[in-house]
Amino acid sequence: MTEVEGVTEVVTAVADTADAPIAVVGASAAGLAAAEALRRSGWRGPLTLIGDEPHLPYDRPPLSKQLLHGTWEAERLQLRTAEQLAPLDLDLRLGTRATGLDAATRTLTLDGGEQLACAGVIVATGVAARTLPGADKIPGVHTLRTLDDALALRGALAGAGSRLVIVGNGVLGCEAAAVARELGHDVTLVGRDPVPMEAAVGTEFGELLGELHRARGVRLLTADVDGFTVTDDGAHVTGVRLAGEEGAELPADAVLLAIGSEPAVRWLHGDPALDTTDGLRCDAYCAAAPGIYAAGDVARWDHPVHGRPLRFEHRMNATEQGMAAARNLLAELAAEGAHAPDDAPERRPFAPVPYFWSDQYDVKIQAYGLTGGADRAETTVLDRAGCRAVTLFGHGDHATGVLAAGIPARQVRALRAVIAQPLPWEEARERIRAATAPA
Amino acid sequence: MKITLDADKCCAAGQCVLIAPEVFDQRDEDGVVVLLDAEPPAAQHDAVHEAAAICPAAVIEVHS
Repeated sequence: MTEVEGVTEVVTAVADTADAPIAVVGASAAGLAAAEALRRSGWRGPLTLIGDEPHLPYDRPPLSKQLLHGTWEAERLQLRTAEQLAPLDLDLRLGTRATGLDAATRTLTLDGGEQLACAGVIVATGVAARTLPGADKIPGVHTLRTLDDALALRGALAGAGSRLVIVGNGVLGCEAAAVARELGHDVTLVGRDPVPMEAAVGTEFGELLGELHRARGVRLLTADVDGFTVTDDGAHVTGVRLAGEEGAELPADAVLLAIGSEPAVRWLHGDPALDTTDGLRCDAYCAAAPGIYAAGDVARWDHPVHGRPLRFEHRMNATEQGMAAARNLLAELAAEGAHAPDDAPERRPFAPVPYFWSDQYDVKIQAYGLTGGADRAETTVLDRAGCRAVTLFGHGDHATGVLAAGIPARQVRALRAVIAQPLPWEEARERIRAATAPA
Repeated sequence: MKITLDADKCCAAGQCVLIAPEVFDQRDEDGVVVLLDAEPPAAQHDAVHEAAAICPAAVIEVHS
C-alpha cells in the first residue's frame, strides 16, 4: 500500500517496482546462480533469497559421493563463503519457506505470514525426496536429498560392516551403493526393474553398471518393497519386507530410500494460473507467468530444440537455467520500464545441451543431450570389466543423446558436439565412431 | 584479473573449456581442470566470469 496525498491507495496491480524486490525462492544451486546473474546483469534493486534449509547455499552432488564417503566435510560443499555472498547485498532468508504465490500481483506469502510484493519472482524450489508411507517415522530409514539427510546417513554408516539396504536402483541409489561398498558395508540394492539406472542410461549400459556393482560385492535384487520390520519397541529398523514372496525379508541395520523425488510445487497450488503438473510449467523463456520464472529441478519448460516440455534434475541445468531465468526476467522488467539496464537485453529461449555425470567407484559416467525416453540406443563396449563404453540415444531417425564412461576428456567434449543439435542417426554414429577411435 | 582453482573439487564436466578454451583445459586421463592462463587478457574476462559462474563444482574463483 502506498500513501498518496493522504489517501490510501490499494495496490492491486504489480508492486510499485521502484523499491520492490526480486525474490528468488530456493537457495540452492539454481537460486544462487539466479541471484548472482541478476546482480551481474545490473539489477540494483532489493534482492531477496529465500531458502527453507538453515544452511548457506551448498552443493548437492557430493552428498552421495564425497560427503557420504567422509572424504569431504560439510564446509567443503558450501557454494559461496559469507564473504563471497556479501557483494550481492542479499536479503537472505534462510530457514524460511514460501507458502504461496499470487502470480498476477507477484506477491509471495512466507511461512511467518509475511506478504512480499515483488517486481519479479524466480521459483527454484527444487525437488523433495519421495518416501514410503510411514517410513519417515522409523529410525534407521533414510532419504538422501539434503545435507542433514546425508550427515544422518553417514552417521548411521559410521560403524564397520553395517547391513545397508538401498531401495531404488536409480542414480542416487547406485552412487550410494558404490560409496557404502568402498566403506566396507554389506550392501543390497533393491530395484523394481532389474537393470540399474536404466531410465537414465539405457538397458545395455545399465547392465554393464550392474556387472560393475556385482563385481564390487553389491547384491542386486529385483522386487517391490512392501514395508519395514522394526525392533519390538519400534526404536529402529531391522529389515525390509519384500512384496510377493511370502515372508521375504532383508535384514538391515540401515535403509536408504532412493526412490526418486517430487518437484516442490505444493506451495504453488493456491494459484490456478500456474500449471504444477510435474514441476512448474514454463514457456521456452523459463517464464511461468508475467514476471514469474522458474529454474532448476522444479522447472518444466519448452526446450526449443527438442520441441516438448522437459524437466531435468541435473546439477548443470540448475546453474544454466538459473542464469537464463534471471536474464530473461530482467529483460522483461526492462521492457516494462521497471528496470534500467546497462544495455538493451532481449529475452532468449533457454536451449541448453543437457549434461549429467555420475561417479561410481573409479568410473565416471557423463552424458549429453537426451538419454531418457529414447526409442533407440546403441552401445559400444570398449572394455567390459573396466565399464568403458559409449552409448548413442535416438528418437526416430535422429540422435539426441550420448553417454560415455571411461573416455578421455577431449573425446567426451567431441561427443557433445555430435548431439548439440539432433543429427541424422547414421551421421551421428559415424561421428561418434570417429570421435572415440584410439589415437 | 587473477584466477585461482580448487581443482580437488573438479568434477570434470569440461564446461570451462567449452566457454574459455584459451584459459582452461582438462587433463586427458581424468578430465580435471588445468589452468592455462591465470591472468588472462581483458578480451577473455567475460568468458572467464561465465565459466566461473557455470562451473557445477564451484572450482573457479576470479579475483579482480
